[in-house]
Amino acid sequence: MNSANPISVAKIDASCRVPLLALFIGASVALIAGLTLALVAAMSFHAPALFASCPIFTYGRVAPAANDLLLYGFCVPAGLGILLWIFARLSRAELALPIVSVVAAHLWHLGVFIGTVGILVGDSTGFTWLEYPRAAAVLLFTGFFLVALTAMATFGARSERELYPSHWFLLAALVWFPWIYSTANLFLLAWRVRGGAQPVIDWWFTNNMVYVWLALVGVGTAFYFLPKLAGRPLHGRFFTLFAFWTLILFGTWCGIPHGAPVPAWLPSVSFLASTLFIIPVIAIAIIAAKTAYGSGVVCKGGPLCYIEFGTASFVLSGLLLIASACPDMSRILSFTWFGFGQFQLQLLGFFGMIAFGGVYYILPRIMGQPLPFPGFVRFHIWLCWAGIILFVIPLLIGGVLQGLANYNPTAALMMLRVSSMGLVLLLLGSLLFFVNIFVMALRWNLALIKTVIAAVKAPLEEAEVKP
Amino acid sequence: MKNGALVFLAALIALGGSWVGFVLAPTLQLGGEKQTVVLNGTDVYPIQRTGDATVGLQVYRANGCANCHTEQVRQDGFACEVTLTAAGKNPTVVSNLIASLKLDGLTHEQAEALSDKITAAGGKSETRLVATGGDIDRGWGIRQSVAADYLYDYPVQLGILRAGPDLANIGFRHPDMKWQLQHLYAPKSVSAHSSMPPFRYLFEVRKVADSGPSADALDLPKEFAPAEGSEVVPTEAARQLAAYLLSLRANVPLYEAPFTPVTTAKP
Repeated sequence: MNSANPISVAKIDASCRVPLLALFIGASVALIAGLTLALVAAMSFHAPALFASCPIFTYGRVAPAANDLLLYGFCVPAGLGILLWIFARLSRAELALPIVSVVAAHLWHLGVFIGTVGILVGDSTGFTWLEYPRAAAVLLFTGFFLVALTAMATFGARSERELYPSHWFLLAALVWFPWIYSTANLFLLAWRVRGGAQPVIDWWFTNNMVYVWLALVGVGTAFYFLPKLAGRPLHGRFFTLFAFWTLILFGTWCGIPHGAPVPAWLPSVSFLASTLFIIPVIAIAIIAAKTAYGSGVVCKGGPLCYIEFGTASFVLSGLLLIASACPDMSRILSFTWFGFGQFQLQLLGFFGMIAFGGVYYILPRIMGQPLPFPGFVRFHIWLCWAGIILFVIPLLIGGVLQGLANYNPTAALMMLRVSSMGLVLLLLGSLLFFVNIFVMALRWNLALIKTVIAAVKAPLEEAEVKP
Repeated sequence: MKNGALVFLAALIALGGSWVGFVLAPTLQLGGEKQTVVLNGTDVYPIQRTGDATVGLQVYRANGCANCHTEQVRQDGFACEVTLTAAGKNPTVVSNLIASLKLDGLTHEQAEALSDKITAAGGKSETRLVATGGDIDRGWGIRQSVAADYLYDYPVQLGILRAGPDLANIGFRHPDMKWQLQHLYAPKSVSAHSSMPPFRYLFEVRKVADSGPSADALDLPKEFAPAEGSEVVPTEAARQLAAYLLSLRANVPLYEAPFTPVTTAKP
């Protein structure tokens, strides 16, 4: 602790309590809703005619609603909550403007809710990963902006002037989301650029959201927790700066697929960038490995397990991105389930795992009491391991089969059915996650009510009693 | 890193670079796109959709069809094909010659040499340029899709996944409105192995009126038909969607996607 600023860690943690609870509860509800809808979507591969008379649950609406719930409903608010806490801890200051971030969390969740309902009733914008209608987009943007405001105010109040590596990643993430989200929404929904430019902007947004923004927050978080949990300093500060730099320099230019109906220079630049993307992926793998391995700390199903699994998934997902961008592979893999599996690995295998680890670490600290069901944490990681492997690997294999069979729709069907079992496991896990957060919030609320009742019922002091 | 501001500024420039490259530049390059002229012709392309087909794109969007269907044909390259247009004075020699040779999948040089041989034998031939690739072999299109194909679309529904077939030329492949509507109502009735969900909510099942069945009613095979005395009639949305599907045809040669149309080759 800094002697010039003698604020206790417990006080910093407590200052994060209300905003983080708001963010985490919403995130865990969205995770359950998203996985449930993903399961509903997957039912179409078991019984195509199931929702033939029910437009709300038709595959084309449920599938994007599920994807967006996982990305915007779960990943982003969970990431933002962790980010706020890391900022407060690194600044050695209480969270600034906590009420603003509480409002922001609710605006964000409201936006996700409106967006999801919008997609289900047929009001989707039709742009991949940007399906939320305009009203929802405005709410998300405002919510994010307010969280960023809180984070920057907390950052400004720091007593340690020197920046920690996580700061770079998380600060870049704070700037990058409003930039890409407003650009994509303004160009596509407000100004409605013409024809061929629309998919280019959509690809640029998708890649930057899923592969750059999630990487910035996820890796930034991992670089905070890995040294902390392994009890060793982060490996190589300049090497980390190099990884950060190459990540944003090359990662931002990926995403335009080979053979897309756009001017040929666009996919060529993207292909070059994806090839170079191997540099940050390997750099991050080396930093994480050198920090965590050999420290002698065994994770025992705790947060460290989640963070390690998430970091490994990041490396794998990055390698898959690079492999599938190369023209020879892309000819087989594009438009197949491979791409979907890759997205899910990035969303749940990488970011989701890091978010679980972070939340399980932070939650007892901000609440000032242990988790109500610590056993669930150890069980949850098993469900995650099995669930992600069973969900993602069949999709990847199914994609290859589908591509080799020249898009014969039945080629991947069996693999799709297997992958639904992974979804069930992930859904069970998300319930455990929710129960821990919910019971904790409930206990805290009950305690608050008890305090209020006690204060009301307390006998009046003698001085106040009228003679 | 004492210099936080420097890291921040450098990051901003690195991030902004991709914005200039992948948002600003394509908007400037493609955003001002205009109709073009068909290669070796005078027709303009593309023609803006009208009426039902325009609204149909919105039905397509609202139901998320692009989650399973792409609207883009990819191409690996070109090949030449030599067609005999006249056998000349010595038909047996020419027919023996062409029977012994490969006529398609040729490079330009091979095609020239072949056409020289045919000319030497007294016949007349025509060399055609054809696009090649998996999507084209599968019959999903004649040429690759290019930016011009989507000029008037909003939103452009390129699609991300082919859980079903590509639809860039569905209006050309299945030009029958009745087929489209029946396929939407009961995919398995026209394509036995289809895994597409039936879109029954776009249709109305109602009692046949006393004046006789509606002219719009679907003519369904027995196992897909409703109970006796009922009929299946497409709703407005189903008709609009089908009209949109019929409007999907990217089958003219363009400067950036050339090929020789078949119509000119009449032996």
